[in-house]
Amino acid sequence: MANFTLQETSEKTPPPVTQLSIRNFNFYYGKFQALKNINLDVYKNCVTAFIGPSGCGKSTLLRTLNRMYSLYPEQRAEGELLLDGKNLLDRDLDVNELRARIGMVFQKPTPFPMSIYDNIAFGVRLHERMSRGQMDERVEWALQRAALWDEVKDKLGQSGMSLSGGQQQRLCIARGIAVKPEILLLDEPTSALDPISTLRIEELIHDLKKDFTIVIVTHNMQQAARVSDYTAYMYLGELIEFDQTDTIFIKPGRKETEDYITGRFG
Amino acid sequence: MTLIKKRKLINNVALALSLGAMSFGLFWLAWILVTILQLGVAGLSVAVFTQMTPPPGSAGGLANAIFGSVVMVGLATLIGTPIGILAGVYLAEYGRGTVLGHATRFINDILLSAPSIVIGLFVYAAVVKPMGHFSAAAGVIALALLVIPVVIRTTENILRLVPDTLREAASALGAPKWIMIMQVTVRASQAGIMTGILLAVARIAGETAPLMFTALSNQFWSTDLSQPMANLPMTIFRFAMSPFKDWQDLAWAGVLLITAGVLALNIVARILFKEKLTA
Repeated sequence: MANFTLQETSEKTPPPVTQLSIRNFNFYYGKFQALKNINLDVYKNCVTAFIGPSGCGKSTLLRTLNRMYSLYPEQRAEGELLLDGKNLLDRDLDVNELRARIGMVFQKPTPFPMSIYDNIAFGVRLHERMSRGQMDERVEWALQRAALWDEVKDKLGQSGMSLSGGQQQRLCIARGIAVKPEILLLDEPTSALDPISTLRIEELIHDLKKDFTIVIVTHNMQQAARVSDYTAYMYLGELIEFDQTDTIFIKPGRKETEDYITGRFG
Repeated sequence: MTLIKKRKLINNVALALSLGAMSFGLFWLAWILVTILQLGVAGLSVAVFTQMTPPPGSAGGLANAIFGSVVMVGLATLIGTPIGILAGVYLAEYGRGTVLGHATRFINDILLSAPSIVIGLFVYAAVVKPMGHFSAAAGVIALALLVIPVVIRTTENILRLVPDTLREAASALGAPKWIMIMQVTVRASQAGIMTGILLAVARIAGETAPLMFTALSNQFWSTDLSQPMANLPMTIFRFAMSPFKDWQDLAWAGVLLITAGVLALNIVARILFKEKLTA
């Protein structure tokens, strides 16, 4: 893990390119307001971490970025989520197209009840038509990128559910990147995994940011410090502080952030 | 210490009571099975499968009744299963929390617990009366009406066992809802849905009351759905009530066939379900 300590992230600081802008964003579960006036930029090819105590709204914020909340009629968002100048909250936006551009990996591994190959091909088939040969290549590419290929290349026909927890989670990451999204959302991707699997996923995140913009929600502050370039500290539905990860962890601007980071609270 | 002793005592009492209840149930079940086996095997012969139901005093079998039962149960399953699965999918995937969903589920629960004789009478009034005569088709309709609520209920229940995270994962890849349902949730529930169908078949295989008012029975071989058709439950009913020894023997053989069939279906259903759980 030494290769992505804080120095490295501060070394390379070309001005970041904004990929996704969150503007004046509010979110409601029924009458309860879960997010209050969030303003935040997600930068291209960077890892942005959302941290904060349970119930602070970090997962809620993540789940709005691919309109996951649209599955639940009682949930409501207002404000702007700008991707390429287009507001993702627009009613005429096709959420399925959006989700091809913004992929997501969940807390618990969610392999589909089908073969490892079909788990990867499932998402690709939804958005692209390609020959069997091209699909084979895409599946291999995705599994390679998710550092799973060597472990599964001889059993692509086996059920995705036969893999171990850590492998399943890498399968889900492979499934997500196989669609070639621009942004990958990770919702506490390692909280159900053992330390070794966690390490592999963290290394993977570091590697994937060359091609993808990554937003990660994590309970684990060390993880945020290890993998992210930017960190947002949230508390009770508000964005308390957002800055480069080293700034947040070394000299946070707000007392609340410092208390949380140093473990005095949370 | 006294607390622990008391807890152990209560545990033992509860254990004894439940063991007693279990053996009470098993006792009767075993007795029924043994009786059926004894009397049924006595009446069983090749002729049972090859010859028609005989007039009293002459030799015969149950071939037409077995055929009729297979045809009517098979058709009823073919008709009832797709409707049941589609309605179950609606309830589990689309109708959650909607008024129509609640109403459908409520009505289906009533249908599920409706006595089969009520269904039989309904089909009599709705189909047999207008047609002017009993028919196998009416029997199929009555049996299908019994299949549908069972399949709806099991399909909905089994789909609800699929974690929502799986639905979210499919949606997060940009899958439209129908693809998510067809390729992910229904696929994850295949074995369970199959179990529901088999249980529904097992339920209608022995139903007599709905056939009494619809398909009636037939002494002869008939493949005409617009005419009355022989079937095992009705034949058993008539033969067992008769004073003739050879008819009674055939009735027992029929009882054995139905019991063995239902038992086999249940075993298959269990194996399927077990495979699903370990998969």
